[in-house]
Amino acid sequence: MNKFLPIALMVAASASMASASTEIRVLRVQPSAKEGAFYERVEKAFEEKNPDVDVVFEYIANEAYKSKLPTLLQSSTKPDLFYSWGGQTLVEQTKAGFLADISGAVSDEVRATFPEPALAAYTVDGALRGLPLYATEVAFWVNTELTEKAGVDYTTIKTWDDFLAAVQKIKDAGITPIMAGGQDKWPLHFYWSYLALREGGADAINKAMQGEEGGFSGEAFVKAGADFQKLTALEPFQPGYMATTYEVASGMFADGKAAFHLMGDWDYGPMRARSQSGKGLPDEQLAFMAFPAIGEPVTEGGAGATLGGMNGWAVTADADPKASEFLTFMLNLEHQKEIGSEGIFVPIVKGAETSLTNPFFQRVAADIAGSTHHQIFLDQYLGASVGATVNDISADLAQGVIAPEDAAAQVQEAWEFR
Amino acid sequence: MSLSEIPALAPVAGPKSRPLRKKGSGGRLTAILLLLPPALILFSLFVILPLTESGYYAFFDWNGYGQPENFVGLRNFEQVVGHGVFHTALGNTAKIVIASLLIQMPLALFLALLIYRKTPTNSLFRLIFFVPYILAEVAAGLIWSFVFDGNYGVTASLAQSMGIENFFILADRDWAFVAVLTVVIWKYFGFHMMIYIAALQGVPEDMIEAAQIEGANKVQIVRYVQIPQIKPAIIVSAFFAIIGSLQVFDVIIPLTNGGPSNQTHTIVTYLYTFGLTRMKIGFGSAIGVLLFIAAVGVAIFYQRIFMKGAKA
Repeated sequence: MNKFLPIALMVAASASMASASTEIRVLRVQPSAKEGAFYERVEKAFEEKNPDVDVVFEYIANEAYKSKLPTLLQSSTKPDLFYSWGGQTLVEQTKAGFLADISGAVSDEVRATFPEPALAAYTVDGALRGLPLYATEVAFWVNTELTEKAGVDYTTIKTWDDFLAAVQKIKDAGITPIMAGGQDKWPLHFYWSYLALREGGADAINKAMQGEEGGFSGEAFVKAGADFQKLTALEPFQPGYMATTYEVASGMFADGKAAFHLMGDWDYGPMRARSQSGKGLPDEQLAFMAFPAIGEPVTEGGAGATLGGMNGWAVTADADPKASEFLTFMLNLEHQKEIGSEGIFVPIVKGAETSLTNPFFQRVAADIAGSTHHQIFLDQYLGASVGATVNDISADLAQGVIAPEDAAAQVQEAWEFR
Repeated sequence: MSLSEIPALAPVAGPKSRPLRKKGSGGRLTAILLLLPPALILFSLFVILPLTESGYYAFFDWNGYGQPENFVGLRNFEQVVGHGVFHTALGNTAKIVIASLLIQMPLALFLALLIYRKTPTNSLFRLIFFVPYILAEVAAGLIWSFVFDGNYGVTASLAQSMGIENFFILADRDWAFVAVLTVVIWKYFGFHMMIYIAALQGVPEDMIEAAQIEGANKVQIVRYVQIPQIKPAIIVSAFFAIIGSLQVFDVIIPLTNGGPSNQTHTIVTYLYTFGLTRMKIGFGSAIGVLLFIAAVGVAIFYQRIFMKGAKA
């Protein structure tokens, strides 16, 4: 690659000489129409203020984005800003020297607008590598009509045992208790991850990454597997859940085919679009229920931890200084409020949550703000390889083809060999 | 007179023909100099280089970012060979090879025998049987994933009409791969059928007639005339079936994505899942190297044993 660097520089130099304007290339996973329109507006506003800058948004579909990014980052056509899920992938990208240190480019004033944990997610080796865009939370979507029909009051479900009892009751009423997109595996990993957080406490994952308390083969993770299998022993999922993708499961839940669906808040809009009627369940029939606590958390903070995303933007090395400027512009309070009021997603900047009109998103904002620890999805946080192993063992645990001890040991092994 | 002319002619003919021959070999040289480099460069760039690079990466623990630095020797290979899912993938690939040879090819041959004669109805059937092969693999996988869907698919209505509970074959650890095999056979039998049809049309009609006059029945004609006559085509089609089986990939991804519990991986989906999507490029390269050795091994072995036999 280095052989081509001089050529790349020459090409880049001649290109920038040819047009006086600076081009800022932004790469994002294909967004919804609403979100895309938002970027268009921000882009126009920024270009009006900076006539010499040309902001170019590029979109690539989800899976292709993940596989193309590493190659793109090494090429001469790398973007200035790109969408990131944070976590170990961000760390690896930093180690490979692909990311800029924008600590100096982001003023203290701007910094102060973000909650500390959100900034921490984009800080590697003590330097800011990008900025968070929005947070997501995973919890149970509840079809309240079905729970009522089964005689279950979902508001009283506080512990895992309560939940198991509710599942049994719903099943006895002839209703599918839980919808799951098992073919994609990651929807199942939410169970294992959440249970590990509850069992091991807020810092369970970070401790395991440091190799403390037996790493990923430690007690908390084995217990998480056992807890999960207490649920799967009840056969709570819809028939054929291992051949159901997330998209299909999401649509089926919106069609009223199950009482619960463990999924992120982002599913609010898409699940309706995926339903057969195109409308899904009405708001009155929907509830967003926190993942139950376990009876006795092994460590403090476990009961109040949330699982979800802290998605944002990373800045590539040698990106034009204007890129960080555009980034902070895109994430300023005004724009974050727009994101909230449009119902695109839950904004992360402090004070922007007041713009939220959707009660579900308001709830998510409050949950994350009040959380003892917001854990980024393990399949992102632990990097591609270990993350995929977590997804694998979660699917295996769900099908009962692996023991909790073996599942935990597999993750630990993947972590050691990552 | 004429005798004197002959020696006079001979020396003339000699030098005349020699420059011609020289010119000819010179032309060949120019042709080589002109035409070989582009081909050689393209071949090296797109075949040899990636091959050697992949072979090189196989010795590193590398996630695809930056340059590979962490040399791990044969560890990637050891991990591949010791991995349970790899064994499953290997077994599944073997199953595809066997199903292709023992189910797909006989089926293709049977259909080819039925419709190789040129008639309008036969053309229609040929078209129908060939459609799956034309279809993109991903589309075929998607279509069949709908067919197999236990909630809405054809199998669902089938189960309902038979009054049994819906079944989800793609979610079943024991049966999912049978579903995959079905799709693979369905997808590719048309290709082999076309090879046989072309070959059967080349079988001299008088040989068949001769056999008929000798009193051979239809089965005997097939057994003793047609099949021996199209043996070279069968050998080629078997070769394609084996090499193709080693490469089955894009049907499986939309069908099962290797699941449930990694039960339906082939070597290539295994490479993709555990090498590429997990960003373990070194590990993936090691699998690629093993697959390459296997494919080349099969090719050489096959050439030695069957192709030569076919010529003789």
